[in-house]
Amino acid sequence: MLKKFWFLSIIIIIAIILPFIVQSSYYQHIFILILIWGTLGVAWNLLGGYTGQVSFGHAAFFGLGAYGAGLLAFHLHISPWWGMIVGPVAAVIISIPIGLICFRLRGPYFALAMLAVGEICRLIFTEWVPFTNGAMGILTLTTFSSKLPYYYIGLAVLLLSIYTVYRLMASRAGYYFVSIREDQDTAESLGIPTTKYKMYSLIPSAFFSGLAGAFYMNYMNYIEPSIVFSLPDVSIMIIMVVILGGVATLWGPLIGAIIYVVLSELFRSSLGSAHLLVFGVIVCLVIMYMPNGVMGEANKIKKLFRRKGAHIGSEMT
Amino acid sequence: MSLFWQTLICGLLLGGMYALIAIGMTLIMGVMKIINLAHGALVMVGMYVTYICFHYWGIDPYAALFISMPALFFLGCLIQKYSINTLIGKESILPENQVLLTVGIMLVLTETMRLIFGSDYKSVHTSYTGSSFFVGDVSVSIPMAIGFVIAMVFTYALHVFLTKSDIGRSIRATAQDKEAAILMGVNANKITIITFGLGSALAAGGGTLLIPIYYLFPDIGHTFVAKSFIITILGGMGSTMGALFGGLTLGIAESFGATYISMGLKDVVGFVIFIIVLLFLPGGFKSLTKR
Repeated sequence: MLKKFWFLSIIIIIAIILPFIVQSSYYQHIFILILIWGTLGVAWNLLGGYTGQVSFGHAAFFGLGAYGAGLLAFHLHISPWWGMIVGPVAAVIISIPIGLICFRLRGPYFALAMLAVGEICRLIFTEWVPFTNGAMGILTLTTFSSKLPYYYIGLAVLLLSIYTVYRLMASRAGYYFVSIREDQDTAESLGIPTTKYKMYSLIPSAFFSGLAGAFYMNYMNYIEPSIVFSLPDVSIMIIMVVILGGVATLWGPLIGAIIYVVLSELFRSSLGSAHLLVFGVIVCLVIMYMPNGVMGEANKIKKLFRRKGAHIGSEMT
Repeated sequence: MSLFWQTLICGLLLGGMYALIAIGMTLIMGVMKIINLAHGALVMVGMYVTYICFHYWGIDPYAALFISMPALFFLGCLIQKYSINTLIGKESILPENQVLLTVGIMLVLTETMRLIFGSDYKSVHTSYTGSSFFVGDVSVSIPMAIGFVIAMVFTYALHVFLTKSDIGRSIRATAQDKEAAILMGVNANKITIITFGLGSALAAGGGTLLIPIYYLFPDIGHTFVAKSFIITILGGMGSTMGALFGGLTLGIAESFGATYISMGLKDVVGFVIFIIVLLFLPGGFKSLTKR
């Protein structure tokens, strides 16, 4: 436990001093993208990984968060930073009816219903021009010229999401989530109100997706429906990121985000759009040969080396 | 009133072609119990094959069916044999691993096509692209009418194949009860490969029929995957006839949505129907006939 604490502290300290070591604003931009994708992945992982409710429509919450921030600036002319509160709250408010409707469905049906929800959001935000400015999108002014404030805010958001998921998964609710994933009927027969606990899993998930969206709006200063509600570039990419890093692991989504963002930046300069092709091939290979992702298999590999310690089951994964 | 009939005919013709794509998906779903999210990408690849045939070799899109469908059959068999089938029996945290793999395949197919052809819009312009004939005061687009007729012929041919031929019966047996089918001597592994190939070929067929009407670009697959799963759920999983009626329903609903609500919101109509059906009629149209 103490070793874990030191390990964690070192990681956090490295994360804090990282932008002072790497001062190029291009690399800092990449770090911020990793933080956004990491937060999204952690949020998706809570619902999709731990609770087993695979959602193909998390772009809905991401986009609502982003538009929550953007519309404040667009209509009320106040700082979009207020959106860091309004955006996630909007995502949560919308997520409640969505959850109540879609949680009546199971497995692939739920995944498809969420996909439909994401697409409906995209189409509505594209078509409702007077309110959302349609496909022209929303443009705001940059708050900070330096990347540093964005980096630290992003880092705080990511750490907050990881901490929340960690605490949730260590609590009674966390065990309920896993039991719902493993066998919903058995969980129900043991007296776990499954729909209620699915909601408890969805709400933080929607909140942090919305928070990531609001932060994205503040950082990028420009959003449009086809970017933030995108099915292939957001909804599906979140899943790919989490699968790559490791489903139902605490740090897996972050690892997946690092691999995804670094890969896409590496290939962007040389091969253009081929980065998605390479990423897709890697994802296919990971699903075929390492079905639990990098982190999921890492524990297995570690266990092989650490057979004497016999810490099997001590880590919640 | 002529607007009403115009809308209805247009939706019906379009729906017939959607149905062909969705039947491919419903076959795969019936046999393997997975949602093939790469289906739209397969449609897209089939359309590109037709585009190549037309653009470089001057083959008429309808003649190109004889190239695009076998090509996609082969591609589908390869995908099933070397990727999806390897996952059977593998332990993983999420049960939907095969579905997620099809998403990965979709990504790979889409990006490969983007790498080869670029993102720009392509179209196949034939001599009959814009032409139409009149029934009363309703104008019927010729490529849509031909597409509809060919789609119906394929649907009927598939129906005969599934009910009369040996392989077709094995496919249906595997869809009904895989374990029992294996015990009866059906090579389930081979059947899944053939089914995926057949589904892909139907996707390519649908795509090829739609090409004189649609523009073509690598991301077009997303539209079709959404449409075909809506139809599949509407019709009831694994039901060929259900998919046919589901396709016609979606085509008509979209057409009416576009005419009477708004062009941009026509896809919302489809999704709303989809969610309503999921909630109130989860078995689709298939469950209506059984009662």
